[in-house]
Amino acid sequence: MNNLLNVSLSPHAKSSDSVNKLMRNVIIAMLPIMLFSFYYFGIGAIIVTLVSITSALMFEWIISKFILKREPNLSDGSALITGMLLAFNVPSNLPFWIVMIGALVAIGVGKMSFGGLGTNIFNPALVGRVFLLISFPVQTTSWPKPLDSFTSYTDAVTGATPLAILKEELKKGEKVSDILEKLPSFMDLFIGKIGGSLGEVAALAILIGMIYMLATKTITWHIPVSVLGSIFVVAGTLWLINDEKFINPFFHLLTGGILLGAVFMATDYVTSPMTGKGQIIYGIGIGVITIIIRIAGAYPEGISFAILIMNGLTPLINMYIKPKRFGEVVKNGK
Amino acid sequence: MLKTFAKGGIHPPENKLSAEKAIEILPVCEMVTIPISQHIGAPAKVIVKKNDTVKVGQIIAESGGFVSANIHSSVSGTVQKIEETFDASGYKRMSVTIKVEGDEWLETIDRSPEVVRQCTLSSEEIVKKITAAGIVGLGGATFPTQIKLMIPKGMTADTLIINGVECEPYLTADDRLMLEKGEEILVGVSILMKALNVSKAIIGIENNKTKAIAHIDNLAKSFQGISVQALKVQYPQGGEKQLIKACIGREVPSGGLPIAVGAVVQNVGTAFAVYEAVQKNKPLFERVVTVTGKSLKKPSNFLARVGTPLTALIEAAGGLPDDTGKIISGGPMMGKALRSAEVPMTKGTSGVLILPNPEAKRKIIQECIRCAKCVSACPMGLEPYLMMPLSERRIFDRLEKEKVMDCIECGSCSYTCPSNRPLLDYIRLGKASVGAIMRSRKK
Ligand code: SF4
Ligand code: SF4
Repeated sequence: MNNLLNVSLSPHAKSSDSVNKLMRNVIIAMLPIMLFSFYYFGIGAIIVTLVSITSALMFEWIISKFILKREPNLSDGSALITGMLLAFNVPSNLPFWIVMIGALVAIGVGKMSFGGLGTNIFNPALVGRVFLLISFPVQTTSWPKPLDSFTSYTDAVTGATPLAILKEELKKGEKVSDILEKLPSFMDLFIGKIGGSLGEVAALAILIGMIYMLATKTITWHIPVSVLGSIFVVAGTLWLINDEKFINPFFHLLTGGILLGAVFMATDYVTSPMTGKGQIIYGIGIGVITIIIRIAGAYPEGISFAILIMNGLTPLINMYIKPKRFGEVVKNGK
Repeated sequence: MLKTFAKGGIHPPENKLSAEKAIEILPVCEMVTIPISQHIGAPAKVIVKKNDTVKVGQIIAESGGFVSANIHSSVSGTVQKIEETFDASGYKRMSVTIKVEGDEWLETIDRSPEVVRQCTLSSEEIVKKITAAGIVGLGGATFPTQIKLMIPKGMTADTLIINGVECEPYLTADDRLMLEKGEEILVGVSILMKALNVSKAIIGIENNKTKAIAHIDNLAKSFQGISVQALKVQYPQGGEKQLIKACIGREVPSGGLPIAVGAVVQNVGTAFAVYEAVQKNKPLFERVVTVTGKSLKKPSNFLARVGTPLTALIEAAGGLPDDTGKIISGGPMMGKALRSAEVPMTKGTSGVLILPNPEAKRKIIQECIRCAKCVSACPMGLEPYLMMPLSERRIFDRLEKEKVMDCIECGSCSYTCPSNRPLLDYIRLGKASVGAIMRSRKK
C-alpha cells in the first residue's frame, strides 16, 4: 500500500479561483482604458503609464525585501494594478518624477505601511493620487487636450476639464443653460474627447471593463450600481429642483472620474465592505459625498475623497452590518 | 419549477462519472471486519464470542444506549477476532472480524425479488422493526433512524422530506438506487409517513438527475401524498436545513432541529433500508457504495456488505491507480481522507473517492484579500474570513457571537477562497472549543 497518501480535512476540492486569476481579470478589464488613453494622449500617456507601473513594482519589491524583510511577491498583480490605477488618475503631461513620488506614496504609505496586500485600509492608488493633488496642485490639474498632443509630453497643449469649467462659471454666477454651450457634448464625454486624467476620459472603455469584471464574477454589482445610482438620484433631484443652478445628472456621471472610481477604485476588495448590504451603504456614501464635494467643496472633483472617506468607514461597516444569518429572524420558521 | 435554498452556495464540477453504471453486486470477500461503532452515539455491545458461527443478518452487537444502533453480521461464517482495529475515522475501534464460510442467510429474511407494498403495521411496530434492523441515516450522518421518528413532546411533524439530492460531486449511489429501486423507496417512504403520522412527503432531487426525477415522479402517482420536487444544482442543496428551506420554504431556527418547523428529513437510501427492514425482515448489513475517481479504470456503484475492506472495493473498480494522492471515504466536499484503504466499509460509507496527485494536495495559503467570496458562498450567512482569525487567536466569546455553532461544515468557504485559506479547518477548531464552553456553562 502506498503510504504517501495526503490526509487533510474536508473539503478536498478547490475552485479554480486564485488571487492571481482575479487580479488578472482586473488587469484585462483595464486594458481598453489604457489603449484609449494612449490613443487620446499619445506619448505622454505611454510615458506616465510606464513610469507609474515600473515604480509601483519597484517600490513594492524594495519595501518588501529591505524594510518588511520578506520575499517580495510581485506576481499577484496587485502592485501592477496600483501602478495602472495611479496612471489613470493623473494628467498625461505630469513630469515623470512626480509620478514616481505618487507611486512611492501609494505603495509605501497606502499599502506597505499597513502590512501589505489585504491589511491596508485605504485604496493605495487613491492615497498616491490625493497626495499628489495636494502637494503638486498645479502640475496635477493642467489637463492636455486629447488628440492634440500626440507627440508632446510635458509641453502638451492644455485645457480645463468640463468639471472645472462648470465650477468656474457657476462661481461667476452664470446660468447652467449658458454654461452648457461651453461644455463638450454628451457624445464627446462618452467616447472621451475631453480634457482629463488618463483613465477618466473614456466612459465607453470603462463600461466595457465593468461588464467584463461582472461577467467573470470578479466584482459584484453592489458597489458600482449603488455609487452610480445614488449620484444619479441626488444630482437628479437637485437638477429637478433648480436646473439653472444645478447641472443634469448625466453630466455628473460622465465626468471627472466617477465611472472610473465607481468601477475600479471603489470596488477594490481590500478596502470595501464584506457584505452586499454593507457594500450598498458604502456605495451610497461615496455617491452622496461626491456630489456634496462637487457642489459645495473647493475641488471641482470629489470621488477620490469620497472613496477614501468611505474606505475609512469600512471597518465600522463590517463590524455592524452582518449578513442575514440562516434561521435568525424567522423565529418559528413559518 | 426548480427550487433552491435562500443564500450562498457554490457549484463545484459535478464529475458524476459513474452515473450510468448500474448497481453491481460485489462478491462477498473472505474476511469482513465489522466495527461496532458505525453510527453517531454510543457503540453497540458485542454479544458474540470468538469461534461462534453466525449467519447473514444475525445480530452480533446490541444497541448500547438510547442513541445507538444494533449491528448485524453481513456474512455467514466464524467469528475470528473481537478486538480493536483501525476504522475509517483513523481511530482504533472495537470490531468483530468474521471468516466467511458460504452465504447462509437467516431464514426470517425474505429474499424474493417481489415488491411488497402492503404494510398493516402500526406506527409503534414500524419503529420497533426499524430499531431492530439497526437502521441509521445513510446519507453520511449515520444518526440512528428510530430517534428521528420519535417526535419530542409538544412538537408535531407535518411533512416528511426525503433527501435524494446527492449534491456531493462524484457520488451516484442514491441516483442509481432511485433508478433501480424506485418502487421500494416509495414503499419505504410511505412506511416512514405512517410511522410519523404525516400525510405529506416530498422527495427532493437535484436537477442533474433528470432520469431519476422522471422515474420517481411517475411511480409516485400511485402513492398517496408523495410528490417529487426538482431542485437547482447548487451545493449544499442536500444540507438538512437547506433542503427544508428549498422544499417547503421554512427556515430551521439557529440551534434548532428540523422538527421545530414540523419537518423530518430522511435519505432515499434510508427509505430503501426501511422498506427492506419492515417488508422483508432484512436488517441493515449492505448498502450501495460509489467507487469513483478520474484516474480509476472503472468507476462503479456496488452493492457491498458492511465490513468489506475498501481495498476490495477499489480492486473491483480497477485497482488503485499509481498516481493516487488521496483516498476519501465519502465525497470531495465533506468526505474524510483516509490514512489507508485497509479499513472496512460501514453503514455510512456512501462512496470511496480516489484523487490523483497533484489534485490531492492543498495549494499554498496566501493572505486574505478580503474579496468577500467566502461570505457570499456561506449557506448559513456566516463570515468565514472573520471566524478563522478569531479561532486562530482563541477569541471564543466573539466567535460564539458570530454564530460559529451554526456552521454546517459544508466547506463552501474553503472551496471558494482564492487565497486558498483553510477556513473550515480553523472554524472546526473554534466550534469544538465554543461547543465545550457552551456545554460547561449549562452544567
Ligand atoms: S474568500 Fe478567502 S480571501 Fe476572500 S475574503 Fe474570504 S478568506 Fe479572504
Ligand atoms: S463550512 Fe461553515 S462557514 Fe464555511 S461555508 Fe459552510 S457553513 Fe459557512
